[in-house]
Amino acid sequence: MADGDSMGCGDGFIVLEGVEKVFEVRRKAGFLRRERRAVRAVDSISFSVARGEMVGYIGPNGAGKSTTVKMLTGILTPSAGRLRVAGIDPSRERGRLAHRIGVVFGQRTTLWWDLPLIDSYRLAHRMYRIPDARYRENLDRLVELLELGSLLDVPVRQLSLGQRMRGDIAAALLHDPEVLYLDEPTIGLDVVSKAKVRGFLRELNAERGTTVLLTTHDLQDIEQLCSRVMVIDHGRLVYDGALAGLHEVGEGERTLVVDLERESPPVEVASARVVRVEGPRQWLAFPAGRSAAAVVAELAARYPLVDLSVREPDIEAVIAKMYAEKAVS
Amino acid sequence: MGAGRLYAAVAVGGFRRYATYRAATAAGVFTNTVFGLILVYSYRALWDERPHLGGWDQAQVVTYVWLGQAFLSTLAIGGGGVEGELMERIRTGDVAIDLYRPADLQLWWLAADLGRAFFQLLGRGLVPFVFGALCFPVYLPSDAGTWVAFFVAVLLAMLVGFGIRFLLALSAFWLLDGTGVSQISWLAGYFCSGMLLPLNVFPGALGEVVRVLPWSSLLQAPAQILLGDADPWGTFVFQGAWAVALLGAGRLLQSAATRRVVVQGG
Repeated sequence: MADGDSMGCGDGFIVLEGVEKVFEVRRKAGFLRRERRAVRAVDSISFSVARGEMVGYIGPNGAGKSTTVKMLTGILTPSAGRLRVAGIDPSRERGRLAHRIGVVFGQRTTLWWDLPLIDSYRLAHRMYRIPDARYRENLDRLVELLELGSLLDVPVRQLSLGQRMRGDIAAALLHDPEVLYLDEPTIGLDVVSKAKVRGFLRELNAERGTTVLLTTHDLQDIEQLCSRVMVIDHGRLVYDGALAGLHEVGEGERTLVVDLERESPPVEVASARVVRVEGPRQWLAFPAGRSAAAVVAELAARYPLVDLSVREPDIEAVIAKMYAEKAVS
Repeated sequence: MGAGRLYAAVAVGGFRRYATYRAATAAGVFTNTVFGLILVYSYRALWDERPHLGGWDQAQVVTYVWLGQAFLSTLAIGGGGVEGELMERIRTGDVAIDLYRPADLQLWWLAADLGRAFFQLLGRGLVPFVFGALCFPVYLPSDAGTWVAFFVAVLLAMLVGFGIRFLLALSAFWLLDGTGVSQISWLAGYFCSGMLLPLNVFPGALGEVVRVLPWSSLLQAPAQILLGDADPWGTFVFQGAWAVALLGAGRLLQSAATRRVVVQGG
């Protein structure tokens, strides 16, 4: 469950206390009659993110992720609760906050579509009033790290999705924001482009101490970048903690795949159970919290092994199970 | 100071964005010239029948036609300014990006639209006007003061034009689809700005009404100054009042929209 209260919200860099967002939806109910219905997109969410943390924020479509991010940038006002980013109330001082945050929406672009990439950066220079020396320094560094050198004079509409995404990330970082919100930064990208983006983000967080809040459907993003993950569903925070802990909450299991010398009936060991047999190969499941060493030792003592490998639980399956359980309850 | 440089950069960007599409510009110049020719011959037929209609002679009316062709895209009288893009951004939710920036939505789009308008004036307006002035007897003032007053009126017309279209664009926050509004605006723009016929020839009450509507600031007001038919200061006050009223209304609507309305999309 949400454990925002236990984290001591006072010292957080991003702090939400009982934040709600209720939308009023009008629906046709017969001729000329409209029914009004309140939809709770975000329902009493509390959490706190410390400076320099890199946190994953995940949930199914319509869970309230983007609504949360919009409230964090100040473009939506919470219906209830308290919200602070770097000590600023976002919806009240949107302009002041804007200088301290960077936002990347994977499915939208902040770049000037018809003009060369460099024009959008010159605009950011003016918009964020970045001192000239710092602008040049940041631009040089970002161009090098994100491999944008040959793209600066290319109109944005001619860039590939991966190139545009890197261009957008650079645009969000020119003014040295303390917080970076990333909304689906790897959506639609190929494996190589994803790896580039992730590598860059890891470095940014490590070297500059930028606080990162990452919204994504790609759990590999989370696995590779975030030590902490928050799961939201139906507007409520259903999990907040280490990625590994998700397995236990979701009752995830690790799998040991063993190749025996010859085909044989399912092996019998106390610490695991056989879930599948295919010729000499057998699949054994055991709780995610437990070490594989004990299972392997027990197995090796009693059966002739040729080869073995351990598979980590499929987080996607764990989370899907979590969503499903939530929906039933 | 800093803010001024930002909006100047936005305006320059707006200018350059439109300058990118050269084929579209060339096609526009051609269309404006052809329409200008059609209108010139129609008006000349009308003024042959009714000399001094609206108090203008043939040379003045021909000048008016070519001014209209020069201003059609400059002032986006029938649409085609930045409002279409803004509406689309509101509909798709891309407006979220405009809103979290440390910049004012209205000033940003005003700057972009002024950049666009200056490009259209030079890129699309100048050629048909020069063509018309070379091929037909036209009325052009000889004193620099009138020309200066004319350009001030054009600048004010740009502000009024944006003021009207910004209000239309913001309606997308509530209506989501701006097609109907755009069509009404196209019709009102054409008729009430004097694109179909100069407003000074409209008779009776209809004439009185259209001449005080904001659209008359667009084509009619600068044209009357250029044709020596109006007092510049009175015209500036009229245009300025509409600009202030419309831009003020835009500000109010903007703050209502950004406070209460849903930003679309995930």
